[in-house]
Amino acid sequence: MSDSPMTQPFPFAVVPPQTFAAVPSSQRAQMLALQSREMRKTILQTIAHAGLGHIGGDLSVIDILATLFFAVLRVDPDHPQAPDRDRFILSKGHCAVSLYTVLARAGFIPGAWLADFAKPMSPLSGHPNRNKVPGVESCTGPLGHGLPVGVGCAIAARMSGASWRTFVVLGDGELQEGSNWEAAMAAGHRHLSNLVAVIDRNRLQMGARTEDTNGLEPLADKWRAFGWAVMEVDGHDHEALYQAFTAAPDGKPRCVIANTVKGKGVSFMEDRAEWHHKVPNAGQLEQAIVELSK
Amino acid sequence: MKDGASSHDSQMFDCRVAFADELTHLARENEKIVAVCNDSVGSSNLGAFQKEFPDRLINVGIAEQNMIGVSAGLSNGGFIPFVCAATPFLTGRALEQIKADIAYSGYPVVLCGMSPGLAYGELGPTHHSVEDLPWLRAIAGLTLIVPADPTQTRDAVRWAATANVPVFLRIGRTKVPEVTPRGMPLRVGQADQLRDGSDVTVIATGVMVARALAAAEALAKIGIKARIINMSTVQPIDKETIIRAARETGRIVTVEEAVVRGGLGSAVAEVVVQEHPVPMRLLGVTDFAPTGNVEFLLDYFKLNSDGIVGAAIDLMRR
Ligand SMILES: Cc1ncc(C[n+]2csc(CCOP(=O)(O)OP(=O)(O)O)c2C)c(N)n1
Repeated sequence: MSDSPMTQPFPFAVVPPQTFAAVPSSQRAQMLALQSREMRKTILQTIAHAGLGHIGGDLSVIDILATLFFAVLRVDPDHPQAPDRDRFILSKGHCAVSLYTVLARAGFIPGAWLADFAKPMSPLSGHPNRNKVPGVESCTGPLGHGLPVGVGCAIAARMSGASWRTFVVLGDGELQEGSNWEAAMAAGHRHLSNLVAVIDRNRLQMGARTEDTNGLEPLADKWRAFGWAVMEVDGHDHEALYQAFTAAPDGKPRCVIANTVKGKGVSFMEDRAEWHHKVPNAGQLEQAIVELSK
Repeated sequence: MKDGASSHDSQMFDCRVAFADELTHLARENEKIVAVCNDSVGSSNLGAFQKEFPDRLINVGIAEQNMIGVSAGLSNGGFIPFVCAATPFLTGRALEQIKADIAYSGYPVVLCGMSPGLAYGELGPTHHSVEDLPWLRAIAGLTLIVPADPTQTRDAVRWAATANVPVFLRIGRTKVPEVTPRGMPLRVGQADQLRDGSDVTVIATGVMVARALAAAEALAKIGIKARIINMSTVQPIDKETIIRAARETGRIVTVEEAVVRGGLGSAVAEVVVQEHPVPMRLLGVTDFAPTGNVEFLLDYFKLNSDGIVGAAIDLMRR
């Protein structure tokens, strides 16, 4: 597996952050969808090449990442530490490949790095490291860490009188960790309207469905009860995501519940628990790429 | 692979398989045995247990702190919980629960740390469990067992089920050969001498035991006689065996798949400095690991035959 050639050459064309922020909404959705499609292929190739990765969650979250990085986040690959940048934290850090893919496409890291994902001494480990990868704000991997850090970022922005915002993307299974609810309570209490939590609601966790393991519903009501403004959207509808991420703040932290499909875009992976971290073989990779090229 | 521990002639095992098999076996004999996990049925190899005893598998979801508290409550209610989760999350995430709800409260819960040490390789330091030995060793009243092979794993599971004390079992995923001589039962609290020697003692635990045996072979070739000790119980530690090794060989190397600060090496050193000081070398993980698979990382930190040989030679030259 590990010596299968990458079928697509790296590096690929860079699409700077916010490229599609100003275009008319009809075109924006189309352009973002194209980015997502190419990134899905990159995710599949990177994981097949490395022989490991969390493919299902990468494919469910990538439309969220595409929308954030190419249309919403005010971040600059040339100045990844700019003090007034928006903060983005991928709390479901096991989906590092989706983050590396969007960071490469947005110009934060060389595309060639992806070919060495998880290889000895690579900066791209199975979970993201902020000290090695420009654009990564927090070392995530253990679930339930991103939102507390995001709350701290949001408090820091407010204390500095700064206008930058903080976005945290969480898994739905991840919400079973109590630390999220401690953070949610703090954000609600402090009316952190500069904070957005995005839930990748694909309804699967590692071994089974969330509702069969430790059910989350009624999920929107829970966030509301903690003082958050809640929006539910189709997590594969780029325009709906864009509108949710850019809606005017209303004095509360915002939770965007993005309804998604784990393994989205590849028929035999969609909504299948075993594709949480299964690796496609050569035939499966080929079929997946064919499906995504239609 | 240059390490003797991974030579092709010896069969290699994932101790999680023996663990799950023995647990399922015991569950047939004792209906009070339950398994508790955190969305980790697959990674803890509990598929067969779940199939046979669906009502005795309590999957609390991704919630380790709750998982430990729930286990204390199950113990209070008369059950014998085997808590199965990836070691970094079982220990690090729920450390205060382990201290207060299990050890201080004295509930005989069996904490089963899966895939410890560097086993998660490429997944990186958030998933490596190299701090668990010092963290847990700091807690009074917790018995820490690090089985070196499938035989010891089965013995440890069996012992823990009836020991009636809080126990931590470190269940390896990194493949190991059988190192326990046939018929040598696990005696909790007592080390096993696997090879005698008079020049230096290597005290190893878990995955490192097979590598220490390989190092002894290499050392023998250059005329250095190494005694090899498998310290499968890290707490309470076998003081007598350590003192005897210090007295009889005058040099001690410790080696563990864990940080060097506070684990097996420190436990041995605490005995040595107080009872019979001799020069020591402590081998273990020294930093957050770079990216790489488990074999690469074990070599990176010199946790292999070469590393042990080097430390032994260094002591001989002093
Ligand atoms: C604290 C902690 N416990 C357990 C795990 C193991 N783990 C990795 S991914 C995962 C499932 C996550 O499910 P979800 O948040 O729904 O993510 P997605 O389905 O989007 O991949 C689990 C249990 C972990 N990384 N951290």
